[in-house]
Amino acid sequence: MIQFIQSIGQRVLDSVAGIGYALAMLLGAIIGKPQPRKSWPLFIKQMYVVGVLSMLIVIVSGLFIGMVLGLQGYTILVDYGAEQSLGPMVALSLLRELGPVVTGLLFAGRAGSALTAEIGLMKATEQLSSLEMMAVDPLRRVIAPRFWAGLISMPLLALMFSAVGIYGGYLVGSGWLGVDEGAFWSVMQSAVDWQEDLLNGIIKSIVFAFVVTWIALYKGYRSVPTSAGISAATTSTVVTASLAILGLDFILTAIMFGG
Amino acid sequence: MESRKTQLWVGVFVVVGILALAFIALRAASGNMTTSGDSYTLYAKFDNIGSLKVRSPVKVGGVVIGRVTDISLSGDYYEPKVAMSISKDYDQLSETSTLSVLTSGLLGEQYLGLQPGFIDESVDTLEDGDTITDTKSALVLENLIGQFLFSQGND
Repeated sequence: MIQFIQSIGQRVLDSVAGIGYALAMLLGAIIGKPQPRKSWPLFIKQMYVVGVLSMLIVIVSGLFIGMVLGLQGYTILVDYGAEQSLGPMVALSLLRELGPVVTGLLFAGRAGSALTAEIGLMKATEQLSSLEMMAVDPLRRVIAPRFWAGLISMPLLALMFSAVGIYGGYLVGSGWLGVDEGAFWSVMQSAVDWQEDLLNGIIKSIVFAFVVTWIALYKGYRSVPTSAGISAATTSTVVTASLAILGLDFILTAIMFGG
Repeated sequence: MESRKTQLWVGVFVVVGILALAFIALRAASGNMTTSGDSYTLYAKFDNIGSLKVRSPVKVGGVVIGRVTDISLSGDYYEPKVAMSISKDYDQLSETSTLSVLTSGLLGEQYLGLQPGFIDESVDTLEDGDTITDTKSALVLENLIGQFLFSQGND
């Protein structure tokens, strides 16, 4: 019995310590004198790895999700003779929910897992320790550029996802199913508000970007430096980041659109 | 060389992202379109405005000339009072114009339909701050059903 309570206590202490380590890592990485000369090329490199290489999967899935939304929405709306509302339906569901959330999930799987594995392997091969031996702060040199690259590229990816998705919905709705082209765009324009919908969607994607990148970097940085440890850390990144996105999405939606 | 290629791709990435933002902002979302130019304000009182909302359009024969800017209750009898801003391009509306709450389609949004009246020596045009007195309220389905049942019961 005492052992059971003790194990609970240990778990709580571990998780609190984990949050503390994660916060310390983040603060250590982003606080400090900016050194644009040194860190700019590193940042560009990471933008390429994290952002550009995720572009294809995000754009392709955005196109298909938009097209599916167009098809499904049309079959339901046409029953009520309201197929003109297809535009706002596609645009609002993409901008408010699907854009940030699906991009976040794809980003966790595509870029987050790679970040964790890369940093975990750096740790296992003692590259991080060697950096410290050379008086280079691994937080500033390794973690910081990856963090900023993730934070900046994911909102851009979410915007691309939404834009391509809306175009996909337009292709299916207007080109194939025969919704009037003018009505599609004008009803969408009168229904979508740039502040309420567009801005809130962007805020959501920035929050998700922060969470996913942070979790991925922390899991890599604290991984057990063995092959099994790196594999466990990578899995845990994808699982934790996905759950965090879905949970946070509910909270953010309740705050933004619930009241 | 490798680094230049990377920079190029990152540049393309950022430009595509900004283009996506511009596409959404210009094509999918919109600010207030007709009220962006010069406009003047008119008021109207109704018995019932149905589900009219702020930013609902005001139309003449289907053409949007303005938008509802404010909805409030006024007077001792708590009548719904609607303020709308009308584009300055349409400043020759007659005082005898009528305003009615209409619905686009069977289940569509509600909007204000303005029926322009005649103008002669004794009738002025509507100026900024004027109130349109001749108004028709929204049709409320429950009231219609009630009237229908009542008239059935009389037979």
